[in-house]
Amino acid sequence: MASTLGPLLLSLQLAALTTVILVVLGTPLAWWLSRTQSRLKPAIQAVVALPIVLPPTVMGFYLLIVLGPYGAIGQWWVKVSGEALTFSFTGLVIASCFYSLPFAVQPLQSAFDALGRQEVEAARTLGASELDAFFTIAVPLSAPGFLTATVLSFAHTLGEFGVVLMVGGNIPGETRVVSIAIYDHVESLDYASAHQMSIILVVFAFAVLLSMFLANRRLERRSR
Amino acid sequence: MSRHISVRYRLQRSDFSLDVDADIPMRGITGVFGESGAGKTALLRCIAGLERDASGRLAVADEVWQDDRVSRPVHDREIGYVFQEPRLFAHLSVRQNIEYGQRRGRREDVGFDEAVELLGLRDLLDRRVDTLSGGEAQRVAIARALLRSPRVVLMDEPIAALDRVRRDEILPFLDRLHSALSIPVIYVSHSIEEVIRLCDYLLVMERGRIVAAGEIQEVLLRADLPLLGGEEAGAIINAEAIDRDVGDGLTKIGFDGIEMWVPGTYETGAPLRLRIRANDVSLSRENPGASTVLNVLPASIESIRDDGESCALVQLAIGSGHVLSRITRRSRALLDLKPGDRVLAQIKSVAVKNAPAAGR
Repeated sequence: MASTLGPLLLSLQLAALTTVILVVLGTPLAWWLSRTQSRLKPAIQAVVALPIVLPPTVMGFYLLIVLGPYGAIGQWWVKVSGEALTFSFTGLVIASCFYSLPFAVQPLQSAFDALGRQEVEAARTLGASELDAFFTIAVPLSAPGFLTATVLSFAHTLGEFGVVLMVGGNIPGETRVVSIAIYDHVESLDYASAHQMSIILVVFAFAVLLSMFLANRRLERRSR
Repeated sequence: MSRHISVRYRLQRSDFSLDVDADIPMRGITGVFGESGAGKTALLRCIAGLERDASGRLAVADEVWQDDRVSRPVHDREIGYVFQEPRLFAHLSVRQNIEYGQRRGRREDVGFDEAVELLGLRDLLDRRVDTLSGGEAQRVAIARALLRSPRVVLMDEPIAALDRVRRDEILPFLDRLHSALSIPVIYVSHSIEEVIRLCDYLLVMERGRIVAAGEIQEVLLRADLPLLGGEEAGAIINAEAIDRDVGDGLTKIGFDGIEMWVPGTYETGAPLRLRIRANDVSLSRENPGASTVLNVLPASIESIRDDGESCALVQLAIGSGHVLSRITRRSRALLDLKPGDRVLAQIKSVAVKNAPAAGR
């Protein structure tokens, strides 16, 4: 059982951490994309959307190079922490953040686009600073977007395989996440363990998505 | 100390330019009147600081809010903005909406209970905003703007999006604000009826420029302006109800010792605003004798100007008030009317528009 739980817990940990980081960093990016008239906007949107299109192996390959001990980020990290980023949990978190970025940014940007300027302008004329109006008006009114962003980032990170394989390998307790473990079990013809993990994942994913759609329906009713 | 809101703005857009310079009184309601696209909303947005690329100067009484060097951000301008749509916050209750600005205000000129009472919101406080009717939602928006304790209230066609019934439902609340509060209001509208009912002062805008400004009685005499001429040409007079005949459904009103009968019965002593259209006033040299016209008043001609192909507009002084009369140029020649002449004005119809605010 421990060999089942270990990878599952590691996956949950990775997904939770990635989601928190993505919502925190993705929110200002999505807000900027929604409000800006900059000529850079289409280019930045394209970069954000790249992980949807690229095979995870391509993402993983470049991340391996950049995060590796001779890559730009990897080298700096070795200097700062004395440890390599590749084949480490930290490296996986960074890679996941790139990999799941569009799943956080796009729902948020759609929510901010749909919000428009009206309510925020009204809040500004009532004495709220930009930051105040953002947190007290824009964020609560975009709650369905935040929910979607959270769930999709989480679920997408949970299902990550190719990128993990490229930059993380298969180190128990460090980078052996559930998708890798399942692959491993199938490779070694241990179908029973593969079944066990897969069914847990299927049920879990269904439960998460179902509760998201239920909650979204309630949120939308509240703000209509 | 300046008693004005001094506004000077320039704003250049690809399809539109705004160039205004006006002093707006720090009391009463100042109407900004013009057709859509004349720049009325742009002017309000400049004052609120919502147009970032507008350059100019804005001073409210003695406080400079914007000039070449400083520009207060939107939240530091003490304005109460009522938009055309209510723009209520859907995730907050009516009460929380109203308190939003109050919590962020520095002063408390208008109390919560006062605003709730003025706008009749007592029974709505715990409602969700999506259950409100259009008129109710706009009343909440007005209360919310007032509780921010603004130096000046900006209203951008607050009732234009409502149907007639809702509009008539909300107008009495605006009248109440007018008489109960001393905060100046800048009221944008394209409806001459609304402006006549509510405003003390008037700015008339055309294509981004101000073409007339002053007390509403004076400005309405500018029948040379397309917006104020034609069928709409007319004057308003402020008077007081002095007697009434309930049987005939008439009220006797007086101003400067002059008396008239107007339709409707009003409380004696009530201040009334009368609208007299130029087309409803005819002139004679002598008393016409028995006539169906109830009101025949002595007047003196102040000026005469041509109006269209065949008509002339005569501006009359009746007491301290002014009235316009549209006559044909042939009649002018027949009666040999000249400025300074004394005539009798027969007023065929008078509309009572509103009780102007007391105590100003």
